[in-house]
Amino acid sequence: MGQLYQTQRAMRHMRKAAMQRGVIAILDVGTSKIACLVLRFDGDAPALDGVGSMAGQSNFRIIGAATTRSRGVSFGEVAAMAETERAIRTAVQAAQKMAGVRVDHVIATLSGARPRSYGLDGEVEVEGGQVTGSDIGRVLAACEMPDYGDGREVLHAQPVNFALDHRSGLADPRGQIGQRLTTDMHLLTVDATAIENLLYCIKRCDLEVAGLASSAYVSGVSSLVEDEQELGAACIDMGGGSTGISVFIRKHMIYADSVRMGGDHVTSDISMGLQVPMATAERIKTFYGGVVATGMDDREMIEIGGDTGDWEHDRRTVSRAELIGIMRPRVEEILEEVRQRLDAAGFEHLPSQQIVLTGGGSQIPGLDGLATRILGQQVRLGRPLRVQGLPQAATGPAFAGSVGLCLFAAHPQDEWWDFEVPAERHSARSFKRAFKWFKDNW
Amino acid sequence: MRSLKALLRREPQYGMRRDPAPTRWGYRYQRLMLTPAFRIGMRFGLPVLLVALIGGVWFGQADNRAAFAAQIDRLKATVQQRPEFMVGTVEIEGAEPALAAAIQSFLPKTMPISSFDLDLPEIRGRIRELTAVADATVRVQPGGTLRIEVTQRVPVAVWRYVDGLRLVDAEGVMTGMIAARSDRADLPLIAGDGAIEKIDEALALFAAAAPVAPRVRGLVRMGERRWDLVLDRGQRILLPARGAVPALERVMAFDEAADMLARDIAAVDIRNEDRPTIRLTEQALVRLRRVSENN
Repeated sequence: MGQLYQTQRAMRHMRKAAMQRGVIAILDVGTSKIACLVLRFDGDAPALDGVGSMAGQSNFRIIGAATTRSRGVSFGEVAAMAETERAIRTAVQAAQKMAGVRVDHVIATLSGARPRSYGLDGEVEVEGGQVTGSDIGRVLAACEMPDYGDGREVLHAQPVNFALDHRSGLADPRGQIGQRLTTDMHLLTVDATAIENLLYCIKRCDLEVAGLASSAYVSGVSSLVEDEQELGAACIDMGGGSTGISVFIRKHMIYADSVRMGGDHVTSDISMGLQVPMATAERIKTFYGGVVATGMDDREMIEIGGDTGDWEHDRRTVSRAELIGIMRPRVEEILEEVRQRLDAAGFEHLPSQQIVLTGGGSQIPGLDGLATRILGQQVRLGRPLRVQGLPQAATGPAFAGSVGLCLFAAHPQDEWWDFEVPAERHSARSFKRAFKWFKDNW
Repeated sequence: MRSLKALLRREPQYGMRRDPAPTRWGYRYQRLMLTPAFRIGMRFGLPVLLVALIGGVWFGQADNRAAFAAQIDRLKATVQQRPEFMVGTVEIEGAEPALAAAIQSFLPKTMPISSFDLDLPEIRGRIRELTAVADATVRVQPGGTLRIEVTQRVPVAVWRYVDGLRLVDAEGVMTGMIAARSDRADLPLIAGDGAIEKIDEALALFAAAAPVAPRVRGLVRMGERRWDLVLDRGQRILLPARGAVPALERVMAFDEAADMLARDIAAVDIRNEDRPTIRLTEQALVRLRRVSENN
């Protein structure tokens, strides 16, 4: 735990150094594509009352953007190190070339790695009557760490709520007067090996990691509008190899999970069902795919082609209804799985149950209708926020994670490691308690 | 049977876009080239280094250095030897023939010479060192003429010294020598040690002695202290160390009033202003005594 705290602090320092230099890259390592965006920070945006232009995101612009077909990544985790490293290199090189600057610091995200959410609470007596930064550090350190198991790492540890005596819902209790400070913290753990593999790949590309984020979280940051984040909403990021789920309320993520199924599974179903290669299946899915069949679809024949030399085999056709018949069960399965995860997280208890579908998979025509049946009435398709300088090709829902990561890079959420953990450990505290007892009783 | 057309027409490979990954070294090279310091180094540092290296190696050999210096000299000579820069004639102005001959000896012997090789300040310095020259300007005029304008010292007196007769200008500087007094009979004569230090006073005395100018033989500095005005017939006017000119004017007034100097006296001693004294000649003294005895 101590080591992780130090690692994350080191990443924060790295991020600060990158911000001073003004250039930072973000790297979205997904199953179907790897995206690299180069951000330039122009210093602070002019201070305005309330939220500035572009929702306060105008202090950076994207000067380089590149995507490449992902290799060696499955289920959002690195499966073949050398292949992934080469893919990262491709993306980073192209983005650097477009930007015309060299980037040394990169903020990365990963979508798989079996995230698991924990809600923690901590309680501490305020020293000196007024809450200070060190009190917050102490209360965060006082959270009882669950036994999340060996081989797992903490990816996010965000304080979502502070309560001082009987007043709850404080965003920043510093400077307030009270006795007892309690906090609720959202802890997200992931597989350590997945993170280590990714960090190793990035290190092999001569890049320094200035931060790590969960893809589900950053997709929510970019796709949910402000009132959805405030009132409660779930963001479903339908990626290639995994589908990320993040639940937000009061502008904080309170739950994140991922379903290890995504668009690639739909493609492989088509590939198996139609006996075509994956590349052809992907093309057919993106051109003709859908989830709701109509009478017209029975008559629309799709040439699926082939390269065998057998005329009969190469001239096969399939009706769009058949294609939809292959795709729909898999999409339904993914959504059912998402429904289960949301139910397990207690999503139905939130005041607002908005569900936002984003990610490349959300572009299937008719998906919103299907999702409404499975997930509830309040479903919409989300696209990421517009940020300055983003190429038109990278504004689609498939880039929700990348754009969210830009926002995360510009304005990271306070995490546990942003606060100084008090140097005193338990022994020092008990000594202090003994001293206090002496003072009170003599 | 498969038609041949299918072989010719390649089906586009959907989804398998060519997307080659850069090699590790290619990637590093690109990053290196995007590093600003490295780019500046490649753009400026490397060419400068290369040129310096090549130049250093070439100049490292003595032959090359000598050849380079010779080439430079050749180039310099071709420019300096152009007819526009050549000096052929000398004009000396304001110098009498003897002085002009002396000046000529300072000038280069081979006369068509480049003006770059003439050291005008040095020539001017050497001319100024000549005693007869008060000042000189030396310049090269268009048309290849070296013009030397000399201001000669003007002698105002002849100074008789142990080695002969010297000409002296108003500042007491010797300008030349003459063989005989008659060469410059127009100039007054002075003599004695330390005479030229007080040349201005001597000139003032000669001016004061204007009424008896035809009779004046010269001034003698006595003991580097005071003047004696010597007239013909061996007459002397002994002047005081201080106020010599008023004293002489007083003697001239006596002379005008009583025609004193025309009489047979040997010396007028006015060293003590309160008691001017006249010394008679031997004969006059005898005559005077005889006349007084007869009476």
